[in-house]
Amino acid sequence: MALPYSEIVMEHFRNPRNVGKIEDADAKSVEGSPACGDMVAVYLKVDGETQRISDIKFESYGCASNIATGSIVTELAKGKTLEEAKRITWKEASEELGGLPAIKTHCSVLAVDGLRAAIQNYEERHGLIKERVPTTVELVRKRLKRVMNPMAGLDLVRTKLVEEIEVSAGTVRVAIDLPADHQFAANIRAEIVEKIEPLWDVEQVVVEFSE
Amino acid sequence: MGREYIYLDNAAATRLDERVLEAMRPYLFDTYAVATSQFGYSPGIDARDALDDARARIAAVLGATPEEFIFTSGSTESSNLALKGVALALGEKKGRHIVAGAIEDFAVLHSARALERQGFGVTRVRVDEDGRVDLAHLRESITPETILVSIQAANQEIGTLQDLQAIGEICQEKDTLLHTDATHSFTRVPLDVRAAPVALVTVSAHTVHGPKGVGGLYVREGTPIRKWMDGGFQEFDLRPGAENIPGAVGFARAVELVTPEETARLRGMRDRLTERLLEISHTRVNGHAVHRLPHNANISFRFVEGESLLLHLDLRGFAVSTGSACFSRSLEASHVILGIGGNHERAHGSVRFTFGRFNEEGDVDSVAEAVTEIVRELRRISPLGKE
Repeated sequence: MALPYSEIVMEHFRNPRNVGKIEDADAKSVEGSPACGDMVAVYLKVDGETQRISDIKFESYGCASNIATGSIVTELAKGKTLEEAKRITWKEASEELGGLPAIKTHCSVLAVDGLRAAIQNYEERHGLIKERVPTTVELVRKRLKRVMNPMAGLDLVRTKLVEEIEVSAGTVRVAIDLPADHQFAANIRAEIVEKIEPLWDVEQVVVEFSE
Repeated sequence: MGREYIYLDNAAATRLDERVLEAMRPYLFDTYAVATSQFGYSPGIDARDALDDARARIAAVLGATPEEFIFTSGSTESSNLALKGVALALGEKKGRHIVAGAIEDFAVLHSARALERQGFGVTRVRVDEDGRVDLAHLRESITPETILVSIQAANQEIGTLQDLQAIGEICQEKDTLLHTDATHSFTRVPLDVRAAPVALVTVSAHTVHGPKGVGGLYVREGTPIRKWMDGGFQEFDLRPGAENIPGAVGFARAVELVTPEETARLRGMRDRLTERLLEISHTRVNGHAVHRLPHNANISFRFVEGESLLLHLDLRGFAVSTGSACFSRSLEASHVILGIGGNHERAHGSVRFTFGRFNEEGDVDSVAEAVTEIVRELRRISPLGKE
């Protein structure tokens, strides 16, 4: 019996396509964390006129499934319009790879989630969201679940660092239970702003730390 | 596995030594009878003699009498017998509390958990950042209801050796039985049951180039313990079932083939590999630097994940093990790395290298080179560590 991975998976594992960063990316996403054992960052360059993905790169921390799926998903997405790329599913990626073991689903879904999150990031930055859902405290909290607490490798909400969220007249205020001079305060602030500011009805994001 | 494939997972299983096979052969094809009583037929008596001889030889290495050593199907069964057998004997009489180390191997931890489900209390003793048992916490964990303390001689993953003398003295002071899982240290690290205050010791054959499927349990004379398997009276009525005589004979031969010189050679390889791997940036050793198994190296590599490291190494012809969640059957990160205060990331990036008799000096440089290149490549594609 050979390894549980197909030849195609092994090829994408050994020689992943589209690896790297895009310095002046039009959109970016980071899903997962080192604590999970799986993490994917996706960078997009989008042609403004045609809405086609002109360049896409990814970085990966994780098992063979994770790396191979990142590779295949970026191959599938390149050149597609945002709408087309949004419709790429895990199942499609898995089929292109010749199948993935069921137990590895969670590892490889991350790459697909990463692509979708990057597209969403682009749409938010460029005012393309069709359905304008008003930003609420709940929505902000949901987004904060994707901001990692670097110390624990789990998100800010789960590690109870979010003390308060306030949404009012275009300003989102987030109070974080860490001292302002904490080693990661700046990082956390930057990540929160990155995830909340693109929302269509948010003008300002204020991150406050405790004393 | 030809010479092209370099096996560095000897903690999981070892290659059988040909001399062990030779010792076993007669008991597969010539003296293949069961060990009958002394009133049986002559092949059965010969079989019994072989079994008793194997028993005596292994007992001698432990410093035990032959009657204090029984054969089992492996260290998992031995540890089950130790915990559940003592629970059966003392659960009604003395108390229903057990103390186990936090980073024990699964046979001990899961047996303790099973007893917990039956109403026993279990206290898991803390270990420090090197994996050494917190002796103060051990002392305060033992109560008058405690019937057994189970602390391993050496850790299966990070190689840390425990201070059995100190641990044994605490147990003696508190009048509690001590069981130690010596699966990974037996023959490589001296253990004399006459000197150490230990009542039960788990050992196994397949970690020392012996056959799989056979292990043993040292049971100090007078230890309250009952069998938990039913079906006969073999092994002093502690472990029924037809005895695995070829296995027992092979086990004894394997034990005798381990020499201090060989162990020193493995230690040298461990040290050279550790030194070379620590030259890679953002690496750290897991487990105690000094009190560790002579053949075990365990390193965490930041920013890369263990399963992909392992797979790359396999593609290049090396077998190792990792504490990454993706690798374990339960999809849980190593409880050992977490137990010593490491975070999940450290567990996911940890790799265990364990040497054995059939590793050659050149294996160290070969694997060090491969790991260096692989880590460089995986870090290149990783989103982490780039600030």
